Amino acid sequence: MQLSGWGNYPKIKAKVHRFATAEDLQSLLECNGEYIVRGLGRSYGDSSLASHVISTDNFNRILSFDENKGVVCCQAGIQLKEILNVFIPRGWFLPVTPGTKFITIGGAIASDVHGKNHHVDGSFSRHLLEMTVMLGDGRVIKCSPGLEKDLFWATCGGMGLTGVILTATFRLIRIETAYIHQETLKARNLEHVMELFEASNEWTYSVAWIDCRSRGKNLGRSLLMRGEHVTSAGLNEVSSSRSSLKIPVNRCLSVPFDCPEFLMNQYTIKAFNMLYYQRIRNSIESSAVDYNQFFYPLDSVHHWNRIYGKRGFIQYQFVLPRSTSEAGMQRILQEIAKSGLGSFLAVLKLFGPQEESILSFPEPGYTLGLDFPFKPEVIQLFNKLDYLVLHYGGKLYLTKDACMSSYMFKNSYQDNQKFSSLKWRFDISGKFQSIQSKRLEI
Amino acid sequence: MQTILILGANSDIAKALAHEYAEHGYHLCLAVRNSERLDEDVHDLKIRYQVEVQSLEFDAEDYASHEDFYHKLSPKPHGVIWAIGYLGDQQQAQVDFEHAEMIVRANYLGAISILNIVANDLESRKSGFIVGISSVAGDRGRQSNYIYGSAKAGLTAYLAGLRNRLYSSNVHVLTVKPGYVYTKMSSHLNLPPKLTAQPADVAKDIFQAQQKLKNILYTKWYWNFIMMIVKLIPEGIFKKLSL
Ligand SMILES: Cc1cc2nc3c(=O)[nH]c(=O)nc-3n(C[C@H](O)[C@H](O)[C@H](O)COP(=O)(O)OP(=O)(O)OC[C@H]3O[C@@H](n4cnc5c(N)ncnc54)[C@H](O)[C@@H]3O)c2cc1C
Ligand SMILES: NC(=O)c1ccc[n+]([C@@H]2O[C@H](COP(=O)([O-])OP(=O)(O)OC[C@H]3O[C@@H](n4cnc5c(N)ncnc54)[C@H](OP(=O)(O)O)[C@@H]3O)[C@@H](O)[C@H]2O)c1
Repeated sequence: MQLSGWGNYPKIKAKVHRFATAEDLQSLLECNGEYIVRGLGRSYGDSSLASHVISTDNFNRILSFDENKGVVCCQAGIQLKEILNVFIPRGWFLPVTPGTKFITIGGAIASDVHGKNHHVDGSFSRHLLEMTVMLGDGRVIKCSPGLEKDLFWATCGGMGLTGVILTATFRLIRIETAYIHQETLKARNLEHVMELFEASNEWTYSVAWIDCRSRGKNLGRSLLMRGEHVTSAGLNEVSSSRSSLKIPVNRCLSVPFDCPEFLMNQYTIKAFNMLYYQRIRNSIESSAVDYNQFFYPLDSVHHWNRIYGKRGFIQYQFVLPRSTSEAGMQRILQEIAKSGLGSFLAVLKLFGPQEESILSFPEPGYTLGLDFPFKPEVIQLFNKLDYLVLHYGGKLYLTKDACMSSYMFKNSYQDNQKFSSLKWRFDISGKFQSIQSKRLEI
Repeated sequence: MQTILILGANSDIAKALAHEYAEHGYHLCLAVRNSERLDEDVHDLKIRYQVEVQSLEFDAEDYASHEDFYHKLSPKPHGVIWAIGYLGDQQQAQVDFEHAEMIVRANYLGAISILNIVANDLESRKSGFIVGISSVAGDRGRQSNYIYGSAKAGLTAYLAGLRNRLYSSNVHVLTVKPGYVYTKMSSHLNLPPKLTAQPADVAKDIFQAQQKLKNILYTKWYWNFIMMIVKLIPEGIFKKLSL
């Protein structure tokens, strides 16, 4: 069947295999061919594409839960959404979550995802206590930071190239309510928003939306959102009628078919301007919002990726080290504004220290991500941007990438050789390869 | 809360039904040929929904064991769902009677054997329900699967009879006729995506229909119309079609 990542580019023909038990997977792997694992396909480009795709759809059980410690063990195909539905009512939350709950735990580990709390809590792998991985030859290996740690750190962020993650044991965090206390701050420009990030270092969550069309002294005009979990006492202050761990069911909209791409920009421009000029009259606005509104605003519109039309889109997300962040961002934002090709909004975030996982994306510094509707000119722009990212010592996020060159990869991911040699040690016959890993010559 | 007994709980549709009932607070008793295969699902259901879940061994074709199986159940179920089915191989069943017989045993005789026992118990308790998963294949025989289809036709008639008999005892019987569903049973077939449902959707339909005391459920709903037309085609024409 035809398959693509979330960006709908590229699209390929693939055969999809499913398994419900480890034994089923073992017999599947006995067949010849190249495989890549796929969770919910929320990576944007070609990370989970290959001629044979192993879907973890049916491998999604919760195997144990320690109610005192909040330690859960589950199969890799479970969705974050399911974990939230089961555990929020019992007072537990994910230690790290990306901007969508429609991803699997396998995908969270393989991309070593980050959330708005990276500067304090690191990426997903920091909270992972143990996992089991099935290698290409069918062996199942248990690994953790203390046991088989080469396999562990190569698999966290390893984009499915070491083997299939079967089960994961990780820690949840305690919450008293399902609400987040959110403050929204206005920033005049890039320098200002960076100041605000530094000043928000003590906050658990922080992220900013940048208006990519602004130029000159307004370059980097943005809204910074920071948040904390609301305590029970805190919620009573705001509203006594709200029940703390339950939230109202929200209605979901859905984009039924591919739309003309101008719709996307119209929608985001409106949303941003409304917030920037009207709702936030003061430079600080504060409110209590439910966790869906805070973490997953886009999830309330199913298939929003169709808004970009049939040709699809590519997300460009890079990180620059702290020392070059300000100069680099300035330069890159100028280039993007000049091109007029990008989406209206970009997401800016400050990363903190990162674990020792070999191919993980985060590193201390700023990361910026924005969408580009697919057009040939975009590829040319990316070449320019890649050059700048390299120049400033940064790199691109593999789970968003669909077109970087292997040159770019090898010069920006410092430990790429170490990763390749581990990958080929664990996957001697080269069973696991994605279109992306071939393009990048991993 | 009441307990639901699911016969053939390793079926993909049955697994989705287990989630549906557990989500609504029912306890579960899961009967399968090999209960070890279900261990992970039992953990999962218990943790997700905080209900009681047990798994038991049950073979539809081992008629002699059925009385004892049901006798030992504790607590006795409020509702019983028959999800067992065996498609078999039509070509083989045409030349190999043993294979044909196996299809009839798993789909039809096994159901009569256990559901007789269930019906007698529910009748005496004057409450409860039976859900039998039959198939649209039982509505009209076609050359591609008429051995399976005829067993399902038998099951459909059996369930209609039960419904009639148990009505006065306040026991409800629902006959389910799924069309195409993506499951283990159909994984080797090339099914039309537009007409093929996911097990979770079918399970939602079944739960709703059972709660609303419906008698016959085609799922997804459009199979109502498809089968109406299929049944209307005159036999003189039908016999010439390659279906
Ligand atoms: C709206 C949106 C917002 C996002 N926000 C963020 C964000 O804030 N932070 C962030 O870090 N990411 C973000 N992402 C990216 C997303 O979190 C990652 O791409 C994630 O990996 C997707 O998970 P998935 O289950 O869909 O995996 P897929 O997209 O199917 O696969 C992703 C990679 O994981 C591998 N993989 C999947 N399952 C397994 C397994 N069981 N074993 C081994 N390898 C496996 C695949 O081979 C592939 O290389 C966002 C994506 C979207 C669509
Ligand atoms: N899928 C469809 O398109 C479709 C369409 C119409 C009707 N149906 C009906 O839907 C019901 C559920 O099937 P499914 O689609 O979910 O397929 P499935 O996953 O293959 O389930 C069938 C189940 O029946 C069990 N079974 C077979 N023979 C048995 C026996 N002798 N004793 C005990 N259990 C036995 C199997 O057990 P094991 O797991 O141990 O093998 C299996 O779990 C069946 O009645 C089927 O006929 C399905």
